[in-house]
Amino acid sequence: MGSQGGFGQSKEFLDLVKSIGEARSKSEEDRIVLREIETLKRRINEPDIPKRKMKEYIIRLVYIEMLGHDASFGYIHAVKMTHDDSILLKRTGYLAVTLFLNEDHDLIILIVNTIQKDLKSDNYLVVCTALNACCKLINEETIPAVIQQVVELLGHPKEAVRKKAVMALHSFHQRSPSSVNHLISNFRKKLSDNDPGVMGATLFPLYDLITIDVNPHKDLVASFVNILKQVAERRLPKNYDYHQTPAPFIQIKLLKILALLGSGDKKSSEQMYTVIGDIMRKSDTASNIGNAILYECICCISSIQPSPKLLETAADAIANFLKSDSHNLKYMGIDTLGRLIRISPDIAEQHQIAVIDCLEDPDDTLKRKTFELLYKMTKSSNVEVIVDRMIDYMISINDNHYKTETASRCVELAEQFAPSNHWFIQTMNKVFQHAGDLVNPKVAHNLMRLIAEGFGEDDDMSDSQLRLSAVESYLKIVDEPKLPSAFLQVICWVLGEYGTADGKYSASYISGKLCDVAEAYSSDDVVKAYAVTALMKVYCFEKAAGRKASLLPECQSLLEVLSASHSSDLQQRAYEFQAILDLDANAIENIMPLDASCEDIEIDKSLSFLDNYVLKSLEQGAEPYIPESERSGTLNISKIRNHNAYEHPTHSLRFEAYEVPKPVVPTKIPSTVTYPTDIVPVTVIVSEPSYQPSVQPSWPLVPVSDAGSGSGSTELKLRLDGVQKKWGKPTYSSGASSSISNFESDRTTVNGATQINTLISKPREPRQSNVEVSEEKQKLAASLFGGKTSRSKKKQSGGAAGHSKVSRTTNHGEDKVQPAAVPVTVTTAVQPPPPDLLDLGEPAGDTSSYSSTVDPFKQLEGLVDLSQDVNATASATTSNGPDLMSLYSDADLNGSLNQNPNAMNGSVNPSKKTASLTKGPSLKDALDKDALVRQMGVNPTSQNPNLFSDLLG
Amino acid sequence: MIRAVIVINDQGKPRLVKFYDYQPVEKQQEIIRNIYGVLCSRAENVSNFVQDSTFGPDTRLVYKTFATLYFIVIFDDSENELAILDLMQVFVETLDKCFGNVCELDIVFNFNKVHTILDEIILGGQVVEMSSSEVVKALDDITRLEKNPNSIVRVPKSISGWQGR
Repeated sequence: MGSQGGFGQSKEFLDLVKSIGEARSKSEEDRIVLREIETLKRRINEPDIPKRKMKEYIIRLVYIEMLGHDASFGYIHAVKMTHDDSILLKRTGYLAVTLFLNEDHDLIILIVNTIQKDLKSDNYLVVCTALNACCKLINEETIPAVIQQVVELLGHPKEAVRKKAVMALHSFHQRSPSSVNHLISNFRKKLSDNDPGVMGATLFPLYDLITIDVNPHKDLVASFVNILKQVAERRLPKNYDYHQTPAPFIQIKLLKILALLGSGDKKSSEQMYTVIGDIMRKSDTASNIGNAILYECICCISSIQPSPKLLETAADAIANFLKSDSHNLKYMGIDTLGRLIRISPDIAEQHQIAVIDCLEDPDDTLKRKTFELLYKMTKSSNVEVIVDRMIDYMISINDNHYKTETASRCVELAEQFAPSNHWFIQTMNKVFQHAGDLVNPKVAHNLMRLIAEGFGEDDDMSDSQLRLSAVESYLKIVDEPKLPSAFLQVICWVLGEYGTADGKYSASYISGKLCDVAEAYSSDDVVKAYAVTALMKVYCFEKAAGRKASLLPECQSLLEVLSASHSSDLQQRAYEFQAILDLDANAIENIMPLDASCEDIEIDKSLSFLDNYVLKSLEQGAEPYIPESERSGTLNISKIRNHNAYEHPTHSLRFEAYEVPKPVVPTKIPSTVTYPTDIVPVTVIVSEPSYQPSVQPSWPLVPVSDAGSGSGSTELKLRLDGVQKKWGKPTYSSGASSSISNFESDRTTVNGATQINTLISKPREPRQSNVEVSEEKQKLAASLFGGKTSRSKKKQSGGAAGHSKVSRTTNHGEDKVQPAAVPVTVTTAVQPPPPDLLDLGEPAGDTSSYSSTVDPFKQLEGLVDLSQDVNATASATTSNGPDLMSLYSDADLNGSLNQNPNAMNGSVNPSKKTASLTKGPSLKDALDKDALVRQMGVNPTSQNPNLFSDLLG
Repeated sequence: MIRAVIVINDQGKPRLVKFYDYQPVEKQQEIIRNIYGVLCSRAENVSNFVQDSTFGPDTRLVYKTFATLYFIVIFDDSENELAILDLMQVFVETLDKCFGNVCELDIVFNFNKVHTILDEIILGGQVVEMSSSEVVKALDDITRLEKNPNSIVRVPKSISGWQGR
């Protein structure tokens, strides 16, 4: 212990460390540290502290911060210490500052000056210290202050300084590439530095640069190969050896660089073969570092243009790794195997046993790595084994992050390679049962869609078998306790949609199960919403089929409970159900068609059916609608809304501004009101004959969204107060209060934007473009994927149908009233394509059969989709139209070519973006976003449309 | 690049904490706690590598135990696990050369010196030196310079006496 004599610290510090070391609990430790902080706070601010004392205080500050306590009160003293002339103190100051501060800290600016001074020092150790600090402390703003000096230091006679200057430039490059871009040539120059250490340091920035873009550095391949050769042939000074291996980190970095440069480049790769082969032959497999280099060689070989000879060597090396007793080497073996099977898939076969061993190994790291390998190896022949294993493992682990990843991999593999529908359903059930709340909600909707659409096979038999097996398995599982919410949603939806479909189970049996679910998970509103809608469907299907359908008593009581629910969504569903109970079979068949969840729904985006109504209102003296963009003071709306509770006098001034547009007389309004596509969602049709022009004092209290509509007199507000509260929304429906029934329109607030969902109560012109596009895409998808192996078909159902089906997906989630039966079914996707795929001139007859009954949700979604399409068609005159369309559909197909079914969303997004680019208003974006949100993970709680006005009115 | 070098003892107390990309103090503590939890639950005779979600999607961790200390390096996929393992060996060898038969106490009491050593080996998250003799040489230079300008504070002998018991 004699060597510990000179600890170089004071007794106080030693005592502190000792007492902390002896602390028996965390709280005792905290007490000691807090006492120390108090002492330091007091002492550090005393005047005239001797420098050596101050140094010690700083060290103690660093120590307490390492223990997790805040030492920020002393930062400034550390900064001051960097100014000191004594190198010991200066170094302590720099050390503390690099540990305390991040590059954006306010105090950095105080240090820059010191760093500048120190970089000029004639003492190279001071320069080194300053360069060390540069790597950590200089941010984007302060780079210009030092960069010139750092560049000059690249020519410093001391190699240690040159090396650190390179590293400092590298860290500048990481922070702000643009500020160093003009200096890239310096890195290349330094590659030929006399000192191998400096050369090695330049490899880091070059590696980063090559990672960003390979092409400008292809000319360096020969240099890198040459350097690597010299290193491997032991041309470097002996002191670069580590355990007889020459400069291992330089070799590793060079191999990583070559891997990048040789990827997909035959000419470059060929230059590397010899040197890589040499290194592998010479490598010392007995030492750790030798194996590290060997591993890097294999990574390089698997990345560059394959060479059969090298692949063979690599395979041998992998075999040795896997045979080793060391877990580290086994891990490396599995890792490299995963890399190499991309090139030569057969090599996995000979290592089967080793891989299985690793799978059963107690080492979790190794196990995970092996699962990663299996994931890469999965084929349709082995999917069952692998996915079963993965699920078992998923059940056994607790780490949520990794559990999620494993679950989504299981889903992905199952969707891609499922050998049978039955197996697929069983697998998904297991995944959902154990990780239902962790998987992406999209997966649940995918599953529902797969069950609804079948696997793309033509015969209905297999589809109904699939559904039956799903229903059976769900009935078995549903009684188990504590199922994840997402899974219950799937169960409820499937039971509602197909529970009674083939007559095996009675409606009352299914209803009973659904009621049980709603009761058992009474705290989960989403599940209850799914359950009650499923109950509604079961009832409707029964009644529509002409059977006597009676409501179970527990269902009745559930409805009663829900109709008084705090969730407006649940309440609405309950009322809808009750409304349906009074309808006759014919009407029910129309609102709840059997197995129609895959149908598209038509939307009349221009709301032309309301034209007459608007005209009439205008004639009666109603205020014309003013598009939001033309309204003055709109920008203030959100502000006022936030403040309206406090109501400053200035606000009344602002509100008077609303009156200005009033004189804009009806003459401006064309007889048939056409609404610009971009403001459709805000279309508020005011039918307010008794409009009061005078502004009431209480005006600002009215939700601002109504201010824009021009309605909202005081007595109106009073009448609707109750409604507003009941629905828990910050808005109230102005149209509802007038002569029109309450169901006519419903306004909801999404992202602060006011929208109105208006139901279509009259037959209207169907919009062609929407239907045609989706059909066209289906056909294109069918022509690309149809008639191939079952795997490609699966892909199609998973994602290929892309754009058009996305809008349907929401259907599963929303699960509101379905449109009347529509002839266009999923099978169109598999029909042979027409001669001209891009022909937009589809006969209108196809579309005319579409029902006029429209789900308001669909309407909203349709608004988004349709406006895109219309936009495209409109912006492109005649012949351009199809091209743009094909662009969209191309995007979709590209997305679907990706094996990952999750790519589906990706395929939608780009087209969305394009659409929103061409349209300014943020409201549209908000709507887009809202629709997207619903596509991704539909939550039925978000909106409360009124559904039955057209039926009841 | 290397994200962090951490030394903790077998009770989870941090002995050396160096993050190469800045982390707030609370986050540092959280990471240390997580690592300690992971390392404690690892069996003997398993690999020295850990992939854990704590450190982000692409980061890995290599650890090595020396007596009562865990040496931990967190890094991303531009480094090589086996090589990092040897890097820790170099670090500890260097410490051993500097302190002579290094033990946990040396690192606690002289963590500023340990930082200096580490700065010679890893700079800005990159490995710049792999030879412990070179590091020792650089360190000697610094010590000599610190002593020369007479600013050096010698510790009173009594401290070493305190340590000796």
